[in-house]
Amino acid sequence: MLAMNYRGPLRVRIDEKPMPKIEHPQDAIVRVTRSCICGSDLHLYNGAVPDTRVGMTFGHEFTGVVEEVGSEVTKIKVGDHVLVPFNIACGQCAFCKQELYGNCHESNPEATAVGGIFGYSHTAGGYNGGQAEYARVPYANVGPTIIPEGMDPDDAVLLTDVVPTGYQAAEMAGIQPGDTVVVFGAGPIGIMAARCSWLFGAGRVIIVDEIDYRLEFAMNYSQCEAYNFKEMDGDVVQFLKKKTDWMGADVCIDAVGAEASGNTMQTITGRKLLLQAGSATAVHWAINSVKKGGIVSIVGIYGPTDNLVPIGNVVNKGLTIRANQASVKRLLPRLIEHVQNGVLNPKGLITHRIPLEEVSDAYRMFSEKQDNCIKTVLIPPSARM
Amino acid sequence: MENLASNYSHIKGWGIDADPKNDPTYPMRKRSNDTHEGYGDWERPTQQQPEVEVLHSTERPNLSSVFGTSTPPSGLSGMIRRMAFKHSENQYRHWLPLILADRINVVEGIIEDFKSGKVPNIFAEKGMKSDMKHDRKGLAEKAAIVSLAIAAIVVWKYGKKSGSRKY
Ligand SMILES: [Zn+2]
Ligand SMILES: [Zn+2]
Repeated sequence: MLAMNYRGPLRVRIDEKPMPKIEHPQDAIVRVTRSCICGSDLHLYNGAVPDTRVGMTFGHEFTGVVEEVGSEVTKIKVGDHVLVPFNIACGQCAFCKQELYGNCHESNPEATAVGGIFGYSHTAGGYNGGQAEYARVPYANVGPTIIPEGMDPDDAVLLTDVVPTGYQAAEMAGIQPGDTVVVFGAGPIGIMAARCSWLFGAGRVIIVDEIDYRLEFAMNYSQCEAYNFKEMDGDVVQFLKKKTDWMGADVCIDAVGAEASGNTMQTITGRKLLLQAGSATAVHWAINSVKKGGIVSIVGIYGPTDNLVPIGNVVNKGLTIRANQASVKRLLPRLIEHVQNGVLNPKGLITHRIPLEEVSDAYRMFSEKQDNCIKTVLIPPSARM
Repeated sequence: MENLASNYSHIKGWGIDADPKNDPTYPMRKRSNDTHEGYGDWERPTQQQPEVEVLHSTERPNLSSVFGTSTPPSGLSGMIRRMAFKHSENQYRHWLPLILADRINVVEGIIEDFKSGKVPNIFAEKGMKSDMKHDRKGLAEKAAIVSLAIAAIVVWKYGKKSGSRKY
């Protein structure tokens, strides 16, 4: 089968690879029909996630048709078209029982701080991902969800990560009616977080980024205010304070993570010298732009253990910080409802549909923000017939 | 809560102000207090049998019931990874060697390609076709920088040679 193959930082290609097989009685094998490139794949693409081994296949956002199931699989059957949440969760451990599906303890032997994620380095369990013709899906009774009759597969694939992550970012922000929400990062997740903030009753939503086409997209898609931090006169935090009557936002959402630009010191220590695990610029801005007593919600991906975060300001300002990988399975029923009722339109984020064979160019385009790219879907040859 | 209260009956006022709603993680964490029972108190799924080498964190006693087998450790990078996994996730001694191993692994990947009779097309792997289509200016600048660098090296080498002739 064809599969994306990581060869080193900024180098990926399509290769012929062995078919995945059932390795556990709760496994399923799916024939992939859609897979996305996610902003967090860029951390892998740039070589920033430790234990990303050459030869691995990425891709944690995908849909597929069930081809084969293990002996303990009862909830899905061969022929079902399913969407596959990015977190691999057992449904039985102490954390899954609390619906913390993003924090499962039975899906990743290599690290305890993060659960298993498809195609996301050995730090997230060493699983091959869905940027391929076929993928192995463990715990097939828990994650994979049959795509409801009549749902567009393009909408379905975004329910595997982008929509739940954006939604949970807003949920964790504890938004109260009328609150001012500032979202850092106008990538697909930030745009979705801004859109979902309205669903929790926000009174004002502001998004901040450095690229004009993304800001314009966000402004239209999420019906929010949008500002380019490169064009602000003065500091971004000062600008946001001024915009919020010199009080700060009630809530700040970090939808950027460790690849953030915008702060030279963070860029040098985090991204060039690797003295900390990526740059913590966005979380820095979030902590400093939020109102005293406010809430900072983090869904941007940060590397393990070391980041220069202004924790002193968190204490002095009395902030609540909430953060997690999205618990996709917990959120799916509500989000499917929102898509079916037209409250959310996930496929509106998709700007590019690219054959899987052109995966190298697709990564380059997304990473370099070429051709006004927001969200890319890869279509394997077997799904194009 | 009732059970716990008897354990702490010697502490005056224990739990008197406990309020399950006073949990900033709500609604993400559904309180069940199961985690107080410790690791492995849940009914563990069937254990996947490792057919390849799988490393596990020192912060857990065993492998998770299910794991990925995409790319087992191999070669020099594999040796470094095995050493890294002797240290806790809390330590640089775990993460920095892994980053080093990743870089070595890239070279191993190129060697492996050549061994299997494949010349890696780095231009294509980097997706430069996309630059040609969408960023001709950037590509031209890069090409200019590379040719300037080559020119500089030539001049420097030539200069050195001509310099050495003087003595
Ligand atoms: Zn993602
Ligand atoms: Zn679990």
